[in-house]
Amino acid sequence: MKTVIIKYNAGNVQSVMYALERLGASYLLTDDEGEIRSADKVIFPGVGEASTAMAYLRQRGLDKLIPSLKQPVLGTCVGMQLMCRHSEENDTTCMGIFEIDVRRFPANATQGTVRLKVPHTGWNSIHDLRGPLTTGLPENAYVYFVHSYAADMCEHTTATCHYVRPFSAMLHRDNFYAAQFHAEISGDAGQRILENFLTL
Amino acid sequence: MLTKRIIPCLDIKDGRTVKGTNFVNLRDAGDPVSLAAIYAQQGADELVFLDITATVDGRKTLIKLVRNVAHTINIPFTVGGGISSVADVSALLNAGADKISINSSAVRNPDLINELALEFGSQCVVVAIDTRYINGEHIVHTHGGRQPTELRTLGWAKEIESRGGGEILLTSMDTDGTKAGFALALTAQVSGDANIPVIASGGAGTMDHFVDVFTTGQADAGLAASIFHFKEIEIPVLKGYLRGKGIEMRV
Repeated sequence: MKTVIIKYNAGNVQSVMYALERLGASYLLTDDEGEIRSADKVIFPGVGEASTAMAYLRQRGLDKLIPSLKQPVLGTCVGMQLMCRHSEENDTTCMGIFEIDVRRFPANATQGTVRLKVPHTGWNSIHDLRGPLTTGLPENAYVYFVHSYAADMCEHTTATCHYVRPFSAMLHRDNFYAAQFHAEISGDAGQRILENFLTL
Repeated sequence: MLTKRIIPCLDIKDGRTVKGTNFVNLRDAGDPVSLAAIYAQQGADELVFLDITATVDGRKTLIKLVRNVAHTINIPFTVGGGISSVADVSALLNAGADKISINSSAVRNPDLINELALEFGSQCVVVAIDTRYINGEHIVHTHGGRQPTELRTLGWAKEIESRGGGEILLTSMDTDGTKAGFALALTAQVSGDANIPVIASGGAGTMDHFVDVFTTGQADAGLAASIFHFKEIEIPVLKGYLRGKGIEMRV
């Protein structure tokens, strides 16, 4: 099986590569269209700022390539956000694979007396789990988040997280899957999600 | 709900853990990779390695070690100590660290915080503050807490946030090593002012100290070293206890 990690200007992917190695999966980090198209699985990672990342994808034609892929594609963190319709981060038009918008968490929100800091950083639980990637996971499994923007709830939502408001922790539509959290450093739960993706 | 985090810290020198540890069933108690794996397995929410190596050869050893640890564990992994440039950070992130922690170098050159946030994203930039209470004021110290600076702790914490720091690791030199509890009032002040997470460090001696730091101290995470290394408190027991006290924990 050939797994490709899409190479672009959105952050460090070393932890993703190690996570795949722990699962015994071989992978290729590349931005080559032919390699991406011929892969069995495609991982679209991302850390960083949405508009810069989208500009880079457009420049390389990856914004057209990714939505046209037929094999299972997994977007994570900013990768997930770029697969949505629009991000409030620098008013960025994204790829629109998921018909939902990405909005910033408000500053100074509170829950009781607790201040809800932004970015949403740390381990939070996901619930209302649906779809093949969370097979074997308990409701309210904990995964590791670091983000200031989040996709709203929608028909594609397959896992929900609460922080300030309920948001889409995971999305699924056709062959496209996405997770807002960092599965690669989300303990055994994250490892299971990656394993489920690789065995789709 | 977002959990509070429990973070064991290991001091590293020349690729080995420095402070003694009391883990049984370990062939080599000083091996950081084995220790990291055990902590991850016990439910640590994150790991911090603090490198106190001074030599160039030692730094190369550290990179190799970071690679081995990151390859082994599946939780966030922060590396601090001796980091003073974009190149230093790049090497550590490429080896698999998820975050880096800077301290003296940020005090010396605050622009470094901006540079690192711009280059790698705020999420991986932890800025450590060593603070000591002197003549009625909280003063930032560098060089392992030995050298006082001109900076006031609360003002420096705000500056760290405004420059793009992603988290603050706040160590009270007054409570560090005492096992008499975290510096609650100061932690609450820094965390209450900050819109970024504050990791409290220094003074953990009992499980109730963690209760205090997460409630009164408003900390987002609690870091400790010796109480975990010497098994005075075991992570699964601590997390169960905190959960029983109504504090959200990943168990």
